Amino acid sequence: MFLVKEFSSEVDSMAVGKRLKRKDADTKVTGEAPYAYDMSFADEQYLAVIRSPYAHARIVNIAIDYKILESLGVVAGTAKDIPGKNILHVILDDWPLLAEKVVRHVGEPVVILVAASLHLAEEARKYVSIEYIEIPAVFDPVEAKDHPTIQIFEENNVCSYWQQKNGDVEKGFAESDIVIENEYRTPAQEHAYIETQGCIAVPQGHDSMTVYGSMQCPFYVQRCVAEILGMEWSKVNIIQTTTGGAFGGKEDVPNQVGSLAALGAWLVRKPVKFLLTREEDIETTSKRHPAVIRYKTGVTKQGELKAIKVEVFLNTGAYATLAPAVLYRAAMHAAGPYRCGNVDVQAYAVTTNLVPFGAFRGFGSPQVIFPGEEQMDRAAESIGMDPSDFRELHILKVGDKTTFGQVIDQSVGLEQTLHKAREQSGWYKKRKPTPTIAQVLEEQKKGKYRRKGIGISTIFYGCFLGAAGKLMSRSGAYVQVEPDGSVRFAVGTTEMGQGMITVLSQIVAEELGIEYEKVYMTPVDTSRVPDSGPTVASRATIMSGRALQDACKQLRTLIYDKVALKYEVDATDIEIKEFQIQEITTQKKLLSVSDAIKLVYQERGQIAVAGWDVAPPTHYDNEKGQGDAYSAYAWCTNIVEVEVDSQIGTVDILNIWAAHDVGKAINPQTLEGQIEGGSLQGLGYGRYEEIIFTPEGRVLSNNLGTYLIPTTKETPKIHSIIVEDPWSGGPYGAKGIGEQPLMGIAPALTNAIANAVGVRLNTIPATPERVWAAIQEKIEEEKV
Amino acid sequence: MSQILHVTINGTSKEIAIEPDEILLDILRREGYKGVKRGCKEGTCGTCTILLNDKAVKSCILLAAQTENCSIITIEGIGTRDNPHPIQQAFVDEGVVQCGFCIPGMILSAKNLLDNNPSPTKDEVKMALDGNLCRCTGYSGQIKAVLAAAAVMRGEK
Repeated sequence: MFLVKEFSSEVDSMAVGKRLKRKDADTKVTGEAPYAYDMSFADEQYLAVIRSPYAHARIVNIAIDYKILESLGVVAGTAKDIPGKNILHVILDDWPLLAEKVVRHVGEPVVILVAASLHLAEEARKYVSIEYIEIPAVFDPVEAKDHPTIQIFEENNVCSYWQQKNGDVEKGFAESDIVIENEYRTPAQEHAYIETQGCIAVPQGHDSMTVYGSMQCPFYVQRCVAEILGMEWSKVNIIQTTTGGAFGGKEDVPNQVGSLAALGAWLVRKPVKFLLTREEDIETTSKRHPAVIRYKTGVTKQGELKAIKVEVFLNTGAYATLAPAVLYRAAMHAAGPYRCGNVDVQAYAVTTNLVPFGAFRGFGSPQVIFPGEEQMDRAAESIGMDPSDFRELHILKVGDKTTFGQVIDQSVGLEQTLHKAREQSGWYKKRKPTPTIAQVLEEQKKGKYRRKGIGISTIFYGCFLGAAGKLMSRSGAYVQVEPDGSVRFAVGTTEMGQGMITVLSQIVAEELGIEYEKVYMTPVDTSRVPDSGPTVASRATIMSGRALQDACKQLRTLIYDKVALKYEVDATDIEIKEFQIQEITTQKKLLSVSDAIKLVYQERGQIAVAGWDVAPPTHYDNEKGQGDAYSAYAWCTNIVEVEVDSQIGTVDILNIWAAHDVGKAINPQTLEGQIEGGSLQGLGYGRYEEIIFTPEGRVLSNNLGTYLIPTTKETPKIHSIIVEDPWSGGPYGAKGIGEQPLMGIAPALTNAIANAVGVRLNTIPATPERVWAAIQEKIEEEKV
Repeated sequence: MSQILHVTINGTSKEIAIEPDEILLDILRREGYKGVKRGCKEGTCGTCTILLNDKAVKSCILLAAQTENCSIITIEGIGTRDNPHPIQQAFVDEGVVQCGFCIPGMILSAKNLLDNNPSPTKDEVKMALDGNLCRCTGYSGQIKAVLAAAAVMRGEK
């Protein structure tokens, strides 16, 4: 079933492997690209949402002065006005569109107001009064699990559970010389896509509905809007607009944004725009799950990795939304890309009264990779080994079994990434012995406060949805050649800035032998291709790429048949080379591909086909804690170099070396863009970013002046290192890469800080306050 | 109470009816300059950057009324697809555009720099772009692109 085309080098290629110009660059540098809120429709209306001010409360009464609203031309909608089901489907169906009896987080939508101007809709808030009775709330996942009185999700607030089991951990710890045990905390991270969420719903009376918007997963929105409105799915059409960044934040949230707009449009039978302000966006939409992780590692003095035991508590916020899927990835990545015979991972997603957390690049894995890679470093330190050498002893190689029992028989480039990153960074030269706190203080006395350090992480990424999401793991494509020699194609996965349009255009150009400049992708529209699953899990290039290869293969056959008839040659003896169709045996050029398309058109041949792809099988047995969790794995080594001021705790990041095994770089330029951008977001996670909640569960850091993301000034030199160990299932050997660049930066950073000043952090981000406090604590501890 | 604002936008004199409390960003977008983006409305993200009397400013924290008799340049005023400004061309050539939402503002900040300093150092470029947040890239491409555009504008390439 794999559509593998052997590819030896760039020389053979017409488009794949080349640094071709991005398809969407021109419209974006001129300001022409139409984002959601750049679109207008005749008679468009605006939507305002009245949201819960409480983290947990019962709704006693909703009083709406309909008379005044009517005189103002404002329409209000509550849960009672929903014509279909009041459920936003994601996984567990616990998320309502509008709260009816209980609100479970600050910012939860209760009433919508629709008016001809946003100002009017906002003004109308005063004619709605909602009476609440506050009930006790809980915000910490460990506290919320099995909470005796506060019930948010079923009996114990645990909405998902996954485990890994391998060997006997207790025996492993008994055989260890040293056991390292720590509890870690990771923060809520905001996506901070520069374009906030927004959708526009355009009704065709009560007959059908079209929703335009900024989103990753149009097919999710299609289902939600259909179910909310009680319409058949065929009557709901979703069209993605140019999307200004997403990073997971526009995976499930547009279900809500699009459905609120659609409900408004249904009520007033006019187009309704719903565009979130930055404050509304940060306060009320998903973020990376904060987590508590208990991690125990056992090693022998000789460097054997004897046992790993992990407990993960993901804080899912008020509704499960994507938590079961996010938790699956957390559980699978918890023990790292290492060989270890005794492993026990227990992972829980626990509901609390914070905003529902969700998908964010890495999807549950950065929360466990930070502790896991900290532990590997601490283990190496405890036996006096170089942390890169210690990792090298244990990393997975071809034929090895993961800790969850999957044999990986190909495309394992981890060792290569480790060697290249170490070599290019000058690791052994830069890596100085970690100082004791006494040495740090001694240097301070001599006026030397700044110390350099270097740290490492080795990680893997289970590509695509894996066993937990396998039912969604399919993709469609549609390819149509035009008589002028141009080609258009459609897929169901989306461009959000990552470069998918460019990379898929390269694949189509390559497959059909048509100049890249003549290949165009049409906007993603749910009526063009069947449900192709979500654009998540670094799957677009591979899944849509394979569906396009399937379609192009069919088109090639259609073209070859017409050419064979006309030129009286054997249709199986034809190939495309350098934009020409030629006979394979004689190498005789027959005609250009463009002319062949004209020929097919003139002969009234079929010029459009649909392609389809289903991901290779995966299976996970949660009872046993073992399985083939993912179809393929990407691999990465990060090395971070820092300079720490030991007196005030500030950390300057000097260099990042990011070596990634991607299978095949379809476009090295867009790939480097992914590596650099992802690394910087990972640096944000490790060093700067943290959503601050008030004790009442409200987001305090609600704009970009209080929630800080890296700017040009904080950005270090990022050295992208590309390793290509091809995967036979991917187009031209490619694997997924969107998420991996973010995932391992935080621990490489904290490990570098440890190397610089000798202190370990159990909590990120590594703010100056935390680093300073860790140094003070160590001084206290060692009484120096 | 409406008032009439007299401004020159991208070289064209305009009279625009505004309310005294209206924000410049909203007026520009209403007038069809949709390359001016709203990202934060508090002056931090820089995606609404324009040139006001040849100086890069954030249009989300200016009242439209403050710009009486001023000259405004938006992304629409510096180049087109067929005739791009060297900075636009360099952003395309260096492949530094991802989601694109921050790009118009960033290009105008870069133009402001190069109009005043034709031979900036890398650090000067970093400083000039410091008020334009990008969440997709690692900024290095944009910095490289601005330096490349500077060379073109100096006539070196």
